[in-house]
Amino acid sequence: MNNIFTNNIKVKEYDALIIGGGGSGMRASLELAKSGLNTAVVSKVFPTRSHTVSAQGGITCAIASADPNDDWRWHMYDTVKGADFIGDQDAIEYLCSEGPKAVFELEHMGLPFSRFKNGRIYQRPFGGQSKDFGKGGQAARTCAAADRTGHALLHTLYQNNVKEGSNFLNEWFAVDLVKNSKDEVTGVIAFSIENGEVAYLKAQATVLATGGAGRIYASTTNALINTGDGLAMALRAGYPAQDMEMWQFHPTGIYGAGSLVTEGCRGEGGYLINKDGERFMERYAPNVKDLAGRDVVARSMVLEILEGRGCGENNDHIFLKLDHLGEEVLNSKLPGICELSRTFAHVDPIYEPIPVVPTCHYMMGGTPTNVSGQAFTRENGTDKLIPGLFSAGEAACVSVHGANRLGGNSLLDLVVFGRATGMHIQDELKSGGGVDSASKSDIDASLERLNKLNESTDGYDTAEVKRELQECMQNYFGVFRRGEFMEKGLQQLNELKNKVVNLHLKDKSDAFNTSRVEAIELQNLYEVALATAVSAFERIESRGAHARDDYPDRDDKNWLCHTIFDPLSKSVSKREVNFQPSKIEAFPPKVRTY
Amino acid sequence: MFGNKLEVSMYRYNPEDDKFPYMKQYKIDKPTKDIMVLDLLNLLKEEDQSISYRRSCREGVCGSDGMNINGKNGLACITPISSVIKRNKIELRPLPGLPVIRDLVVDMSEFYAQYEKIKPFLQNETTAPEQERLQSPEDRDKLDGLYECILCACCSTSCPSFWWNPDKFVGPAALLQAYRFLADSRDLKTQERLESLSDPFSVYRCHGIMNCVNVCPKGLNPNKAIGEIKSMLHKNKKDIIVSDKI
Ligand SMILES: Cc1cc2nc3c(=O)[nH]c(=O)nc-3n(C[C@H](O)[C@H](O)[C@H](O)COP(=O)(O)OP(=O)(O)OC[C@H]3O[C@@H](n4cnc5c(N)ncnc54)[C@H](O)[C@@H]3O)c2cc1C
Ligand code: SF4
Ligand code: SF4
Ligand code: FES
Repeated sequence: MNNIFTNNIKVKEYDALIIGGGGSGMRASLELAKSGLNTAVVSKVFPTRSHTVSAQGGITCAIASADPNDDWRWHMYDTVKGADFIGDQDAIEYLCSEGPKAVFELEHMGLPFSRFKNGRIYQRPFGGQSKDFGKGGQAARTCAAADRTGHALLHTLYQNNVKEGSNFLNEWFAVDLVKNSKDEVTGVIAFSIENGEVAYLKAQATVLATGGAGRIYASTTNALINTGDGLAMALRAGYPAQDMEMWQFHPTGIYGAGSLVTEGCRGEGGYLINKDGERFMERYAPNVKDLAGRDVVARSMVLEILEGRGCGENNDHIFLKLDHLGEEVLNSKLPGICELSRTFAHVDPIYEPIPVVPTCHYMMGGTPTNVSGQAFTRENGTDKLIPGLFSAGEAACVSVHGANRLGGNSLLDLVVFGRATGMHIQDELKSGGGVDSASKSDIDASLERLNKLNESTDGYDTAEVKRELQECMQNYFGVFRRGEFMEKGLQQLNELKNKVVNLHLKDKSDAFNTSRVEAIELQNLYEVALATAVSAFERIESRGAHARDDYPDRDDKNWLCHTIFDPLSKSVSKREVNFQPSKIEAFPPKVRTY
Repeated sequence: MFGNKLEVSMYRYNPEDDKFPYMKQYKIDKPTKDIMVLDLLNLLKEEDQSISYRRSCREGVCGSDGMNINGKNGLACITPISSVIKRNKIELRPLPGLPVIRDLVVDMSEFYAQYEKIKPFLQNETTAPEQERLQSPEDRDKLDGLYECILCACCSTSCPSFWWNPDKFVGPAALLQAYRFLADSRDLKTQERLESLSDPFSVYRCHGIMNCVNVCPKGLNPNKAIGEIKSMLHKNKKDIIVSDKI
């Protein structure tokens, strides 16, 4: 790949461009495919290889199948509480009330949900679910296709995109956003991984549906491709990120491997034990025990380990016990888990418990958007829409998950807001909306990073720098956080900056050059890591997934708010939480116990 | 001979530099614990950045890293090296029968084209109910062993019939999906689906060689699904003849 300048770059023009072929991207594209707008989905992997394929347990939604009296308001209550009260209630209301429509649509598209005897969709209990606003006991609200719901959902969406003739740019890698002089987004610079062709993909609407960035941590349940590219692109373009300190650590990542075993295991009746065989969650969450919020369970596990009650030779993990469920239940309800456990833990859950540890799992933060997927920045303390830029899915922060996501709410987020974004773009573009063209120098600016990498003759090694970054995040910004440690971490990150911008790309070839991809991904990870670190350091309280042992209490007086990370000043400001749902009264903050 | 070294023999080909593909030998310290072939590749790539392969989920669910490992197709990420090492040696090649883009990366276009050909989506034009369409657990069970396919192409690229006729024989992976929709109680295009498969090539090139079943990393059985399609085709033909007479 020689250096590229605007005079030798190919331009491909679209109405709408969706960066990401995961659940959110393909749900948005499906909406647009039917609209007649010229749309393309750009994905760095073939769409069915996207991380959504790994989702196991299910999609949470009040479709009133397991319980005919179930009510989306109960789901909303759980979600608000799960979020530790900094989820936006207008967005959560939209998620929970529109949810059933979106789930039934998936079924109509062919998603092979598991079924109850009466032929309706099977639902299982997940953590943090209740009936009657927390007063009616455990609910079973997570719709499932065995323990392969993400696979079933992603393939169904791909299949329906094939049906509708959607246009895909598969194995194309988006590098940076292109902005015009009015600060509007006019598409992206991208290259074909297969042959190195670079192009300016020009669009009236650009959707970042690029998923999470779990790879900022050394130990994660996330796929290797989850490097936060879209969010990093937005940060580099000067747009902010919201609630970046909020990272979910899933209680049950397989010890040593990181692969997830779904919360559905505990939903089906499995539970956690320490080295004494004690079901310790009875002590931490007497009411719902192993089905408390994920942040609560993860912290309890870490405490057990810190207090010397961990399992194994080094007392450094916990056991998830499933054998009492019996072979039949395990084979029919959790077949994928049995497979994963045998492969990665060398343990057959039919006979033995699975060794697990809390593992980085989900990014609650992201590019801030409204319920139509429109991204915004902040100006003088108010939201200001960014023309041409949209985001949905894990990359976005609309914020329905606040400080802690409930299990099964992400898949719902993908389809509800993927769909809403697609609908909004249609309306906007059909009513004459759009953005101005970018100038030559605007486009050159977006090519800079790629060109620098292609020119590099010496510098740092991608694999080494990545390891340093991941270890720094793991050590200083994990389940428990403390100011003085985080300061050290921040210092390390500042030192890493120079290495990250001066990577040496040894292989300059064009055909399927994965080192080029990995180098750019590392630079993206860095942006996300820095936003995380600064935001975590600034929020001086404990809330949801953000647990500080120097500030152990929730502080509603000062911190019942979102954080907004500004990439230009590298500083954090506050943004108010929405307490104005339109159909019901807002749920006021209260003490969160399970 | 190599003591504590492991010898990895890898198919290398970069269209920009190499006229022909060649096998390159790597020697690497034997890992102290059992690791997956994908981990091994990652270690090698740290030494030689020019090695190219696909990977994403690293847990056997996305289908990216199908390759030929010591002569057998499989997913690198869930194949422990202990299960494949032969005399301290591992040989890695791209999936056979498809054009190579670079090293272990093959061009899957033909494979995907066959997938699209079978109309891999539910077809039911009746007005959808407000809620879900009902399906009994028994009917749903019929989709088990079919819908789980991850499109890794391990099966189709181990099938001699697919090597010879990748454009005409649909191949085990896509036929498995063809049957997935034939078997779905909610799909109403059975007749059309069968008709599009009734030519001498689409299905009938399968000679029951069973390679597909032996390599599927998800334990699926395309051969059985193909058998089911054949018997549906057979029955269908009889039905048509009968109805012609009437
Ligand atoms: C193991 C696991 C299990 C889970 N289980 C559940 C569950 O049971 N229920 C639930 O609700 N949630 C679950 N989650 C969370 C959920 O799966 C994810 O949050 C969700 O799938 C993210 O979807 P997405 O559409 O935002 O992005 P992804 O599915 O991650 O897709 C991102 C897309 O962006 C593309 N992309 C990224 N960067 C670029 C670039 N630079 N150029 C071009 N394309 C790019 C990728 O190719 C991909 O197509 C789970 C998560 C994990 C890790
Ligand atoms: S059984 Fe049929 S499809 Fe499978 S490998 Fe043999 S010929 Fe190919
Ligand atoms: S049937 Fe098995 S081997 Fe074939 S593509 Fe599907 S998962 Fe891969
Ligand atoms: S990397 Fe996904 S199947 Fe191996």
